Amino acid sequence: MTFAFDERLDGVLSLVDRNALITEIKALVPELELLHQEEDLRPFECDGLAAYRNLPMLVVLPETVEQVQQLMKICHVRGVPVVTRGAGTGLSGGALPLTQGVLLVMSRFTRILAIDPAARVARVQPGVRNLAISEAAAPFGLYYAPDPSSQIACSIGGNVAENAGGVHCLKYGLTVHNVLCAEVVTAEGECMTLGSQALDAPGLDLLALFHGSEGMLGVITEITVKLLPRPEMAKVVMASFDDIAKAGRAVGDIIATGIVPGGLEMMDKLAIQAAENFIHAGYPVEAEAILLCELDGIAADVHTDCQRVRDVLKAAGATDIQLARDDAERARFWAGRKAAFPAVGRLSPDYYCMDGTIPRRELPSVLRSIAELAAEYRLRVANVFHAGDGNMHPLILFDASEGDQLQRAEALGARILELCVAAGGSITGEHGVGREKINQMCVQFNPAEITAFHAVKHAFDEYGLLNPGKNIPTLARCAEYGRMHIHHGALPFPELERF
Amino acid sequence: MRMDALSPLNNQADDYAQNYAEMLCRQVRDARANRSPLQINGGGSKAFYGRRVAGTPLDTTGYRGIVRYDPVELVVTVRAGTPLRELEAELKAHGQMLSCEPPSFGGSATVGGMVACGLSGPRRPWAGAVRDLVLGMRVIGGEGQLLRFGGEVMKNVAGFDVSRLMVGAQGVLGVLLEVSFKVLPRPQACACLRLEMPLDHALEQLTLWGREPLPLSAACHDGSALHIRLEGGEGSVAATVKRLGGERDNEHYWTALNNHDLPFFADPRPLWRLSLPAATPPLALDGEWLIDWAGMQRWLKSDAEPHVIRDAALRVGGHASCFAAGQGEPFTPLAPVLLQHQRRLKAQLDPARIFNPGRLYAEL
Repeated sequence: MTFAFDERLDGVLSLVDRNALITEIKALVPELELLHQEEDLRPFECDGLAAYRNLPMLVVLPETVEQVQQLMKICHVRGVPVVTRGAGTGLSGGALPLTQGVLLVMSRFTRILAIDPAARVARVQPGVRNLAISEAAAPFGLYYAPDPSSQIACSIGGNVAENAGGVHCLKYGLTVHNVLCAEVVTAEGECMTLGSQALDAPGLDLLALFHGSEGMLGVITEITVKLLPRPEMAKVVMASFDDIAKAGRAVGDIIATGIVPGGLEMMDKLAIQAAENFIHAGYPVEAEAILLCELDGIAADVHTDCQRVRDVLKAAGATDIQLARDDAERARFWAGRKAAFPAVGRLSPDYYCMDGTIPRRELPSVLRSIAELAAEYRLRVANVFHAGDGNMHPLILFDASEGDQLQRAEALGARILELCVAAGGSITGEHGVGREKINQMCVQFNPAEITAFHAVKHAFDEYGLLNPGKNIPTLARCAEYGRMHIHHGALPFPELERF
Repeated sequence: MRMDALSPLNNQADDYAQNYAEMLCRQVRDARANRSPLQINGGGSKAFYGRRVAGTPLDTTGYRGIVRYDPVELVVTVRAGTPLRELEAELKAHGQMLSCEPPSFGGSATVGGMVACGLSGPRRPWAGAVRDLVLGMRVIGGEGQLLRFGGEVMKNVAGFDVSRLMVGAQGVLGVLLEVSFKVLPRPQACACLRLEMPLDHALEQLTLWGREPLPLSAACHDGSALHIRLEGGEGSVAATVKRLGGERDNEHYWTALNNHDLPFFADPRPLWRLSLPAATPPLALDGEWLIDWAGMQRWLKSDAEPHVIRDAALRVGGHASCFAAGQGEPFTPLAPVLLQHQRRLKAQLDPARIFNPGRLYAEL
């Protein structure tokens, strides 16, 4: 139960009189839908990281910003922790509920408030699904660029809270690059506007700070996103390699030509075979690795770039190169990649998805080390990789009902993340820290930096009521984790203050 | 374990930089102990920007040099005192660039000053702002401690994004030491056009073009003509030149605009920058206009009262900053709730108020 909130390591929560809280909410916000029976709470016990489950004290489903404000005011006065949840598709347990806390579910905020084709912006409520924005903008030839694989289900509020990425980040950026303005409700229940409808806003850039803040600084109630004109053309080239290191080098070779692909994805043999069995995308099942390279933009440039990429791939030793003949084939090539997680899920009763990032040059050595670690922990790992931006998704296959496999999978996952940090990367590229990677934060950041994060948090949430126990570990937790890990041969913070 | 808190020593220049950084940390610790404010200086090219700071000068220009640059990774890590033009020359030698096109205002600009001020050039609406390129940072915090946020990878959501928070903060939250940027290949083709047309027509035209996948990378109206820059592949640039017509323009126009070297900027009246939502019609304010960023950044030379200019910008959802000294507050006042949270942030990260106090707002 590494995920359960532990007051010794995560900080003391105030004792909440549940019945008094329910009575007060009902009296002050009578319209607010409130769930407190166990059977009603059950569907909210986890997010997309289903291995971590915990029933919330109660669930509220507001429909208006005023209700959110009133709820936050009540919780602020009573010292009640609040965990905000969007669509619940997050993969790091960021929306894992607290036994002593309210789960604030924003799924009723589903209105697209305005699409302004002239200004190329959409103003939406946080519960609007990512893909729904692009669908609503489509009649104007516009779309919302960030496309996490869960885009049919994930909501834009969650995308901001996690600074979600996707397969097109290298060229089109993350969520933070595509949002102009956010309305938030503070821990005290006040409304605050971050950013503006212009390209910047006066003062400190709190809009950037809120991206990826995992519900720790405020509750997002409205978002203005940028829309882009649809590229005139998109082509996908698929290249097969008999050696994964060659595929890794080919990625660098493509970038070195000066081309920025719309998407650049890599899959290893196990992932290719799983996807092919599941989707029949036409992947070469004998290959050690494939690269999917999407080139998009204006037709004249795309044709030229396709030829250049084919030349580069050939020179890099690709054993087979295919250009998707039409949009149907292009969609099929991508379908295999987008379904890679569930496809791998069919190979094994359980799988655990990692999200580390590394400098691309470290790819061959990191993949080699992952293979060695997998052998050490006697588990299989499939690798899916946003190769263009160095974001790895090793998928650890295990069976939770078999002996200590869950513990081994967790331990292997932790080792892989530490490997990413050692290679100069990060423990999370797009899934967030949440509850899942709270211990690994202690590897990536030293106590002075963790203290600075708490200082930032304190500026917005004096009493630590917003999503406690997530994203930023306490120093007590890091000390404990450091003690646990000392047998790996390194002290937890050897380098603090080199001056 | 993570890469070390400072970049590795590998030559004399790095040795010098290391000693220099230690000296900066000591100065910050002394200032902290004496509660004596610091005025953080780079090349001084943007000294006019923001409020006056009374404090002991802290000179960052000795902490210079490119720490790591691997063109294939599209990432460069630079010390804050590095002259911006030195960085730009190095990137150019490898066919790459800072796509936000930061202004240098005279040539002494440093990388640290560019990030602290957060000003971007003509390409900004299409390629993003300074903050969009920042991947990570090393800073000296309020206790004189060395802190590292973000990293040298494109995607990183571990912890709060303190590096992007530092961009445009004008040094009020810490001393910037090193910055890692995402860099991009320079475009394969570039063409500049000048199209004679009135402002209202130009704004309408830009709104229409904005909905098409055109290779636009700059658009500025100078009062009588629309200047356009196209960047992309040979094919798309050539086709768009043919389609839009007009006369060929010199690409130096954009450098002159970016660094405020156009004759427009010689007008003795105060210079205002209005940052406005897309598709905002022309504003009725007295003075001369130069309409950059396809209408989203408008330069105004005007003797109008500051509150008149501010109110006009606020009414359409934007804000106005004064780029001339002596006009009162340079930046638009913040809503009370925003000011309150920014003050708390300042108090948390710089409790002794030693970092450029009052440069951005009197309260910060």
